[in-house]
Amino acid sequence: MSEHGHHEENFFSKYVFSMDHKMIAKQFLITGIIMGVVGMIMSVLFRIQIAYPGQPNPMFELFLGDWAEGGVMDPNMYLALVTIHGTLMVFFVLTAGLSGTFSNLLIPLQIGARDMASGFINALSYWFFFISSVIMLISLGVETGPASAGWTIYPPLSALPQAIPGSGLGMTLWLVSMTLFVVSSLLGGLNYIVTILNLRTKGLTMTRLPLTMWAFFVTAILGVLSFPVLISAVLLLIFDRGFGTSFYLSDIMIQGEVLSNVGGSPILFEHLFWFLGHPEVYIVILPALGITSEIISTNSRKPIFGYRAMVGSILGIAFLSFIVWAHHMFVTGMSPFLGSVFTFTTLLIAIPSAVKAFNYITTLWKGNLRFTPAMLFSIGLVSTFLTGGLTGIILGDNALDINVHDTYFVVGHFHIVMGLSAIFGMFAGVYHWFPKMYGRMMNKKLGYAHFWITIVGAYGTFFPMHYLGLAGLPRRYYSNTAFPMFDDLADINVIITFCAIIGAAAQLLFLYNFVVSIFRGDKAEQNPWKANTLEWTTPVERIHGNWPGEIPEVHRWPYDYSKPGYDEDFVMQNVPLKEGEEDH
Amino acid sequence: MTELLILVAVVVAVIAIAQVVRIFELSNKIKGVRESDVTDKDNDTQGKLLLTFGILFMLAFFVMTAKWNHLLLPISASEHGLEIDFLMDLSMGLIILVFLITQPILFYLSFKYRGHKNRTATFISHNDKAEIIWTIVPAIVLTVLIIYGLKTWASVMDRTNLDNPVVVELYAKQFDWTARYAGEDGQLGAANVRFVGGLNSVGVIAESALLTQNAGLQVNIEKTIAKIEAEENAMKRAKMEERLHKMLAKQKTFTSIVTRTAQDRLDAAEDDVVVKELHLPVNRQAHLKFRSQDVIHSAYFPHFRAQMNCVPGMNTDFVFKPILTTEEMREETGNENFEYVLLCNKICGAAHFNMQMTVIVESEEDYEKWLASQATVLASNNN
Repeated sequence: MSEHGHHEENFFSKYVFSMDHKMIAKQFLITGIIMGVVGMIMSVLFRIQIAYPGQPNPMFELFLGDWAEGGVMDPNMYLALVTIHGTLMVFFVLTAGLSGTFSNLLIPLQIGARDMASGFINALSYWFFFISSVIMLISLGVETGPASAGWTIYPPLSALPQAIPGSGLGMTLWLVSMTLFVVSSLLGGLNYIVTILNLRTKGLTMTRLPLTMWAFFVTAILGVLSFPVLISAVLLLIFDRGFGTSFYLSDIMIQGEVLSNVGGSPILFEHLFWFLGHPEVYIVILPALGITSEIISTNSRKPIFGYRAMVGSILGIAFLSFIVWAHHMFVTGMSPFLGSVFTFTTLLIAIPSAVKAFNYITTLWKGNLRFTPAMLFSIGLVSTFLTGGLTGIILGDNALDINVHDTYFVVGHFHIVMGLSAIFGMFAGVYHWFPKMYGRMMNKKLGYAHFWITIVGAYGTFFPMHYLGLAGLPRRYYSNTAFPMFDDLADINVIITFCAIIGAAAQLLFLYNFVVSIFRGDKAEQNPWKANTLEWTTPVERIHGNWPGEIPEVHRWPYDYSKPGYDEDFVMQNVPLKEGEEDH
Repeated sequence: MTELLILVAVVVAVIAIAQVVRIFELSNKIKGVRESDVTDKDNDTQGKLLLTFGILFMLAFFVMTAKWNHLLLPISASEHGLEIDFLMDLSMGLIILVFLITQPILFYLSFKYRGHKNRTATFISHNDKAEIIWTIVPAIVLTVLIIYGLKTWASVMDRTNLDNPVVVELYAKQFDWTARYAGEDGQLGAANVRFVGGLNSVGVIAESALLTQNAGLQVNIEKTIAKIEAEENAMKRAKMEERLHKMLAKQKTFTSIVTRTAQDRLDAAEDDVVVKELHLPVNRQAHLKFRSQDVIHSAYFPHFRAQMNCVPGMNTDFVFKPILTTEEMREETGNENFEYVLLCNKICGAAHFNMQMTVIVESEEDYEKWLASQATVLASNNN
């Protein structure tokens, strides 16, 4: 393939319809960042509403227009904001933005391949994602408002435009957008799996794969197995909405009119949705864990502790993630016996998760830590993964879930364990592999400032939410003023909003750093972090085909840091073993 | 306005920081140092910052807990809730313990092993013994939690121990709750959404209600027929005829549903009591049955540690025994305005945040007195 690397490329084939995995990765990243900014602005808007319910605010008028007449946010728009915020963050930022970016960038580079198994399918995957993103953004502007039934779009609320205006055209566009999103995700996922299985360079056995590769590989399998189920759920919902079927609808009277639907069950939708929805949270978190495994080891100048246990726990988490979905449904009236089964499997997930957390901490022990911004975000991830993971033990227990289900306790839990951990992993990845994307370095001091303000703002936002939940405050309330029992919680909500604004503002530092560094950052060296993996053997210029000559051969695992018997504190994977030297 | 100012201030601060960093960058360039290289000084500073953050984080946790503990839900007002609370305290204690051990270790190790060019890391790739320990210990702890949790769950969900419960149906719709008491016979009569209308707010299928509803329909039908005859505009007439057909169809549906419903179910409905306030006697089980008219709602009683979804087309239920009356809870919390509430805890539309019902727990006598003062389905239809 390398001999084809020099043909003339025009602007479009190089930057737009590129089939080069590195360019596609950047396309995913930038689209993800744009969607992230939109989702973040939404969160700031609804946080202001929660802290100061019903009070007019010029920002509402600025962003929401007719939906905030006189500066007072419409309750339907509030629900639309939380819905689209969730959708954008979970799918567009933390699935496509995270997995799409780093799987594309790193898989060929770290396994020693010239490109993905199919460059064309890869490009197709991005363009489906792009169209899906555009449709989702268009849905924000329709007259009846965007989808507003929560990101989980439970019918009948999502099926009946009479129930909430957002279930009109807004929901139709949401469904179309998500269908295309799933197509994108499947195309990408199949490509990642095939590439990792077939295109590994000579000597790179599965037990020598970097943990990033293991994480992306397993993530892709999870996606391929679970996303089709979302498509089926969405299709049945489209039938119910448009063609008069009754998959999810039964015995409904809405706005004084009895619907003819009989026999359907919304619980069916919940099962289908969460059959994707739960593996989805691991699709979000596993790549972040893979990225940090790499970064923590590199910057501790020490092998990752317990490589085999790390691989085992990824596989364990992945397997269990398919048999825990109904822990989202303990209070739906599902059979109590089923509830018991799902509590059992759910709490089991804590074991591989604990192994991962302990192994990260032990990797730091007796290391020689180098605090790059990527390393700080990785340590931040370990902290949030621990904090958020622990509250999962409460929520996974069905008896306890009865009283904290759908309260702010849940909001705090999943934002910390999945939202923060995954976004920290994503930031870590961007800081760490920026030189591989743009040939330049990001600004370190801005990176430090970004990390510190973000972690303080983020913990300040989500940690207090546990207390709100334990006080019984339900999520998705436009205002908490309707219940005297929540009056005393108003101050906490102001603090949370304040922290959220600080945390959101810190992201401006990142955006500034990201954009400016593309053009003005320090020129990168070939191996700026003195890391072992193959991507650092490619030239800084990021050529098509990745290596100018032969693809390097792999002789060892990727974690030979500070190995006795070597002058340098790292030994790259393509360095042959010395005589008598043992692989890990 | 304040928020806007805060936002502007924050943006300005961000730009200021960015500019300061630029100055550092330029001065580095003059000195010939690459900005992006991590120096020993950076490691030292960041290591110390991590330790400081770790300490402040732990302190913040204690301060928040001390300050906000009184805001959390008061003691459980239901019997099973005490079991749940015990399990909650146990689990909470456990996770807080792990939290207070692991977080400090993480930040302390980050500080202690902050890098220096004269140091080297120790090559340690794994330790089977340690890894087995921290796989098995969580496994044992979780086993205990799982067993205890499942035991609690089984006891909460047990429906075999019903002892003369108050049977109440809670009917959810956008955006309020209606309660239907089973009455003296302890049996809820049949109900169907197609019967909802007029007085019959929850769609009870009772002969008395049918008579009232049919009579109302008949009046409307006759009126419409008269109107159609008087109407000259063909378009308007067609529309009215369409309405007429709908009413006739409704009449048919009513009759057919009633004929298909067993006589004892029909009779059971007559003494049902439909009200807008939930009264429960203390120390007696309440068997709550839930239905929804339109979308999914969730009946959440935070003070009783009870929650169950209300799903259209499906019947769900929950049993709990209140052990503290509203009065007793007022004393317990020191809040003389305290009321138990039922709230909706599943996103259901624009006024979701205000879908509530007051719950009053009182002595058996007061409860009986109150219930007797409410009209039954039969009585309200014979007025």
